[in-house]
Amino acid sequence: MKPAGRRVVNVIMAWLTALAAGAVILPLLMIFGFLLFQGASAVNVDFFTHLPKPVGEDGGGMANAIVGSLVLVGMAAGIGLPIGILGGVYLAESRDRRLPWVVRFLADVLNGVPSIVVGIFAYTLVVLPMRRFSAFAGAVALAVIMLPIVVRTSEEIVRLVPSSLREAALALGIPEWKVVLRVVLPTARAGIITGVMVAVARVAGETAPLLFTAFGNRFWHQRLDQPIAALPLQIFAYAIAPYDDWHRQAWAGALVLIGMVFVVSLAARLATRGRFSGVR
Amino acid sequence: MIDGIRVSALNAWFNGVHVLHGIDLTMAPKAVTAIIGPSGCGKSTFIRCLNRMHEVVPGATVSGTVLVEGENLYAAGVDPVQVRRRIGMVFQRPNPFPTMSVFDNVAAGLRLAGVRRRADLQEAVERALRQAALWDEVKDQLDKSGVSLSGGQQQRLCIARALAVEPTVLLMDEPCSALDPIATARIEELILELRSALTIVIVTHNMQQAARVSEATGFFLMGEMVEFGVTRALFTNPRDKRTEDYITGRFG
Repeated sequence: MKPAGRRVVNVIMAWLTALAAGAVILPLLMIFGFLLFQGASAVNVDFFTHLPKPVGEDGGGMANAIVGSLVLVGMAAGIGLPIGILGGVYLAESRDRRLPWVVRFLADVLNGVPSIVVGIFAYTLVVLPMRRFSAFAGAVALAVIMLPIVVRTSEEIVRLVPSSLREAALALGIPEWKVVLRVVLPTARAGIITGVMVAVARVAGETAPLLFTAFGNRFWHQRLDQPIAALPLQIFAYAIAPYDDWHRQAWAGALVLIGMVFVVSLAARLATRGRFSGVR
Repeated sequence: MIDGIRVSALNAWFNGVHVLHGIDLTMAPKAVTAIIGPSGCGKSTFIRCLNRMHEVVPGATVSGTVLVEGENLYAAGVDPVQVRRRIGMVFQRPNPFPTMSVFDNVAAGLRLAGVRRRADLQEAVERALRQAALWDEVKDQLDKSGVSLSGGQQQRLCIARALAVEPTVLLMDEPCSALDPIATARIEELILELRSALTIVIVTHNMQQAARVSEATGFFLMGEMVEFGVTRALFTNPRDKRTEDYITGRFG
């Protein structure tokens, strides 16, 4: 190809890739703009501090659902993250061939299981034996959804840590478990946090698995073995109700949910930022 | 009791492939022994057998004995972690820990072995960095990232990191092959300074380097040790035809 032609192709391809990159963030920007437009007017102090009003009365808020979502996602992270990260380390570090292959395959299958099915699973496993809907059951369902995401991203990132670092540490006479804990994991930290945040963001918006586990609650919940409110459930309930005020609040709830995910991601990134970067 | 390193009937395999064939060799204490040979001759595998790093690779196995100061590294019940604490290693590419500062890199071995006292660590870090001829260059940037240093400095940082745990033997696996000539010269000077304190084994594909820094040299070819002797003699008057062919540049 002649230089002139090559230059034209170069410019066209550069623009195409830039356009594709823009197209990736376009939906997010549109969603965010739409939510702002529809929901911003209903986001006020009451929304964060008040319980939902009874049917027919305007006003009230989603304070219980905001706290409920934080509790649910927090508990789910408490269950899912340690198992997921440790499992990922095993998959990346194990010398065995068969078990990691099986686990990896099944984790990918689990990742593809519809979230409503995970809800049914948690219902059978937790709700039926306990004979009640509960925050705990909801957290179990969310944790199951987090697991495959965290396991697979942790594994991929731990694999990216150069083997030369492991060898350097082993050659210093450091036992293997300490090498993993003090050299490999810190090097992989930023990447693992990314995976964790993807998982948290994913479950923060899950509605289906909570329908018959956490169940929802229009009041302040008292105990973790009782039904608990959650933003996605509240949004769902309000969105399909016939009241304009509830619709506005549903939009506001969606806006707050996105905002919370954003803030939590940012905070996690800042809080876990090491002095020097490792593998991303 | 100091009597260097005595290797006898050392064999090594990767997934059943025989890569080292019955190596017998005695390396003098507080001296530099060089191992030369073409790529794939087993010289790296050999040096990794001297601190039990060979077996870290999946599928790698060893037989034979390696006596270091009279103790067989491959005797039953010997903990490879303890072996590696006494026998330090420097690798082909500088590999400082990227998440640690210069100070933390040097302190890593001690810290992960349980040394907590700040004063002890500071003393050990300064001593190791001085020994590695790096102290003057980095004493004002101990808090900077280890990977922010130049390649040559990073390699000396790795040497300091190995020295900090006070090993009696230092293994160097082509320590200069990723460095420019000036950085290489500094590492070679360093090797000459360190030999009064440690037993050093250096693998190199650079014959001039072997001639410059070592007292004794072993020539490896296809997993066997062809010739071992005083460096000067091996380079000026090789006994084996294959050694002569190699050092005169006829192959490799």
